[in-house]
Amino acid sequence: MAPSKTITILMMDAPYEQARTSTAFRLLHAALELGFSVRVFAYEGAVSLPVTQQKPHANALHGRSLEEEEHPNPHTWVSALLARAHERGLAFDWVNCGLCVDERGATEVVPGVRRGSPADFWKMTAESVNTLVIPTR
Amino acid sequence: MTSYLLIESRDPFESHGLAQRCELASALVAEGAQVTLFLVENGVLAAREAAQVREIEELGRLGVTVLADDFALRERGITPAQLAREVKPSLIDALVEELGRGAKAIWN
Repeated sequence: MAPSKTITILMMDAPYEQARTSTAFRLLHAALELGFSVRVFAYEGAVSLPVTQQKPHANALHGRSLEEEEHPNPHTWVSALLARAHERGLAFDWVNCGLCVDERGATEVVPGVRRGSPADFWKMTAESVNTLVIPTR
Repeated sequence: MTSYLLIESRDPFESHGLAQRCELASALVAEGAQVTLFLVENGVLAAREAAQVREIEELGRLGVTVLADDFALRERGITPAQLAREVKPSLIDALVEELGRGAKAIWN
């Protein structure tokens, strides 16, 4: 089987801030479903997306329990994307900018996420058919 | 032919993003490029016929393909029947496919 094409996406927004995060996750999922391998470079606040300390919560205002609220956490989305790539035999490489991690203390992340530098982003870009930068405002 | 993918995520009534995308698209088309505008998030508010967004009409006249993310449309209660004739609802897959074909992509 020919190696799949790879798309690189750079994300910058911290979790729970912008619709761009949901859109980016949808893009990543669509890319995997279409047979693309994916590389993600998480920069600035986006390094917090795979942090495992995120916890779901109930919604007292609406009277919903934890289970009823079914509150998604970004780290579970990252894990789900990694698992889906594995199921499909595709590469999924998520690199967190190391300096951004240190600044935010975002060190405990889901398995499969690694630490890197902007040099990794350059390498990802060079090895991909295309790169999409999703900037923050 | 060089292809460009312009992604607009901002509400056209609170930013000049769409007007700037339109200006850029016009220049690219004049250079012989193929241009697709993909509306996502609040960018899809420009897709409504009732909004009468002049830039959307202009893009249609230029031959720019204008797509609106169906998920973002549904989130905002915008039905296909409410779209301007220049706009087609689209799965986000179309955006990925354009990237896969090597279109130069700019997100706003």
